[in-house]
Amino acid sequence: MNRYFRELSVVGALGAVLIAMAVFAPAFYQPQPLLSLLTREAPTLVVACGMALVIICRQIDISVGSMFSVVSVCAGLLAARGWPLLLVLPVAMLLGALLGAFNGFLVAGLRLPSIVVTLATMVALRQGLNMVRQGEFVNMPDAVQWFGLSQSAGQWLMVAIALALLVALGLAMRHVAAGRFVYAVGTDAEAARLAGIQPQLVTFLVFVFIGAFTGLAAMMNIVQSPQVQPLSGMGLELKVIAAVVVGGVAISGGRGNLWGAFAGLLLLACVAPALTHLHIEAYWEKAIQGGIILLAVVADGVRSRKQN
Amino acid sequence: MPAAPLLELRRLVKNYGGVRALRGVDFELRAGEVHALLGENGAGKSTLIKTVTGAHEPTAGTIAIAGQPVTGLTPKRAHELGIACIYQQPALFPDLTVAENIALRLEPATASRRVDWRSRRERAAQLLARIGAAISPDSEVRSLSMPEQQLVEIACALGAGARIVIMDEPTASLTQKEQHLLFAVVRDLRKSGVGVIYISHRLEEIFDLADRVTVLRDGESVGTRQVRSSRGDEAGGPGLLTARPEPAEGSAATLTEAELIRLMVGREVAQIYPPSESAPGEVVLALRNVGCAASGVRDVTLDVRAGEVVGLAGLVGAGRTELARVLFGLTPADAGEISLRGAPVTLHSPQDAVAHGIAYVPEDRRRHGVVLDLPIAHNMTMAVHRRLFPDRWLRFGAEQALALDFIRDLAVKCAGPDAPGGSLSGGNQQKVSLARWLATKPKLLILDEPTQGVDVGAKSEIHRIVRRLAKDGLAVLLISSDLPEVIGMSDRIGVMRGGRLQAMLPGKSDPHDVMSAALGQGT
Repeated sequence: MNRYFRELSVVGALGAVLIAMAVFAPAFYQPQPLLSLLTREAPTLVVACGMALVIICRQIDISVGSMFSVVSVCAGLLAARGWPLLLVLPVAMLLGALLGAFNGFLVAGLRLPSIVVTLATMVALRQGLNMVRQGEFVNMPDAVQWFGLSQSAGQWLMVAIALALLVALGLAMRHVAAGRFVYAVGTDAEAARLAGIQPQLVTFLVFVFIGAFTGLAAMMNIVQSPQVQPLSGMGLELKVIAAVVVGGVAISGGRGNLWGAFAGLLLLACVAPALTHLHIEAYWEKAIQGGIILLAVVADGVRSRKQN
Repeated sequence: MPAAPLLELRRLVKNYGGVRALRGVDFELRAGEVHALLGENGAGKSTLIKTVTGAHEPTAGTIAIAGQPVTGLTPKRAHELGIACIYQQPALFPDLTVAENIALRLEPATASRRVDWRSRRERAAQLLARIGAAISPDSEVRSLSMPEQQLVEIACALGAGARIVIMDEPTASLTQKEQHLLFAVVRDLRKSGVGVIYISHRLEEIFDLADRVTVLRDGESVGTRQVRSSRGDEAGGPGLLTARPEPAEGSAATLTEAELIRLMVGREVAQIYPPSESAPGEVVLALRNVGCAASGVRDVTLDVRAGEVVGLAGLVGAGRTELARVLFGLTPADAGEISLRGAPVTLHSPQDAVAHGIAYVPEDRRRHGVVLDLPIAHNMTMAVHRRLFPDRWLRFGAEQALALDFIRDLAVKCAGPDAPGGSLSGGNQQKVSLARWLATKPKLLILDEPTQGVDVGAKSEIHRIVRRLAKDGLAVLLISSDLPEVIGMSDRIGVMRGGRLQAMLPGKSDPHDVMSAALGQGT
């Protein structure tokens, strides 16, 4: 029974880090900094859920960072004009879904390679935003902060939203027929087509999903600070893809699950605070994260070599 | 002293694992001869070529080139010995020019040498002129037509000093005019003393071009015959071998055609096929002049009744799989009418086909039939999600039950429903692919080469399953290149050729008649 070996080994590594912290730096386990850490990672988790779908479907979306920035600024402007948050939220998700649908149309409809399509939309959205906004920040009304709640209630709400999405999507991928279609298309699109599945539709929809999730994540981000920075989503795509791949989702599609992606995300997110508490220079963060990613990729490579 | 033949194969055997692809082939190629190689699909022609070009090492037997026995032949060694192979799809670099492509084949593979562009171009021009090809050495290969690319390949072969040129179905994608050009080049090669091994399914080409023909059947050479051309060699001119007999008047050619076909199919139907036990019922599938320009299917009129197995025979590329793909909505028909149980239908997608009760078990199960990474149970339920899980929520209990039913019913040998599809043998993968479609409770089952690459035991199991399904009232369309199988299993046999239904024959027909129709010869 090593079907979930890959996921379990990431959970094991995370466990080892957490135990090591308990032994060497118990100060890591203060509730407020931990909650802040989770809150910071909540939007990333939401995007990672979408990215897991996309990668399982044997596609990739590197435009999420730019989509995130565009939606953040647009939603921030609406909120600054006094729109109620309950209205801004669906508009932000819809905008994200539309941007995702554009990617999805190019990839699924015109059958272009997703890495090139999303590279193009990444650059276009980022540059478009710069041209229109000239890097200007958006000042947010106080009422928007933490959805109008107290800071800790807002933080809990954010973590709860992200976890709820993770659990719902994780279960759906296993228990709803559509989830299995994503795996089938990611493994062998032609076989799936011959089995009566519509691979192009499935591919289109995963892009719509990641767009909508990115919209939600952008909302979760703008309520955390008094200003919306137009550069807020820079590098998000790399962070998210790294988490998903470390968590055991095969970059070649068809394999992996959201639980693993979640574990991968937490493992990478723990690096920076762990270093702080262990009094190691923060420069090491990226190097260690890179090492973890390499290790995961090498492990996958060795394993698939063995299988063949 | 008589000159040794250019190439001589003696008792050549090649095993792939347990499969004996060549069981003892004798073959001889003389200088200045076009020697045709003929045989059914899977008779061993490709394997034979691969041993001669050094791609595969023979398991037993000898290869002698110009009288010298050769062992441990590699592609490089074969190249040095003057063996060149021209494939149906030329293996050229599309982004490089003709001169560059020729140079890549002929110049030593050292990275640090000066490239002499002028001599490259001159040599290319010379070689192309020698075969009468009007191709500029500077044109990019991607801009050339398929026959032009073949000519470039031939120029490469000439430049390398090839004495043995192998052509594998070179005319498969050529027009009539291009074919004439190619034949002229082949005749020129013959004139200059090159030995040509010519593989083709088209008997008329063999009679037009070849001096001798060797027939392969089940991995054995069953006979070599002198070809008597009935037409002479109008384009050959003075290059003709003087030894070639004058064209005989009358029926000499037809006699030889009949004899060739007899040689190709001469095997007895050794295997026992389960008898047909069902009386055909209502017409399930009715095709009237169905065509599809995109896939080359033309004017097919055919009925398949409930309880009936209709076989589709024909050579590779005859349009059988293409017809199946039309019926499954993969390449929709653009002409004619398709009716299912009396009602006209349009089949524009696999979803349409499934909704109308059509199931298609595709040809290449490893590529398209079974998703190897997914468990058997997932594979079996892949086409029935709507029915098995009406509320879209997967119920693993129902899925396991269905999978276990089929595993028992079709006797799938596996560790259990959760074992990945890739862990099964070929025959058992085929059963999983079949189960996926039987789960849809189809009215019409299309089987495309269901026993290809399946061992003998699993093969007869699949035959019994198909018969039982027909007995239960399923209409079955069986595509098979295995002549005894398609004859033994079918109640009626449709023979396709060039995208058309060439003939409709009764079950248990004479293999000779089926092969004649497949080759386009009158009987």
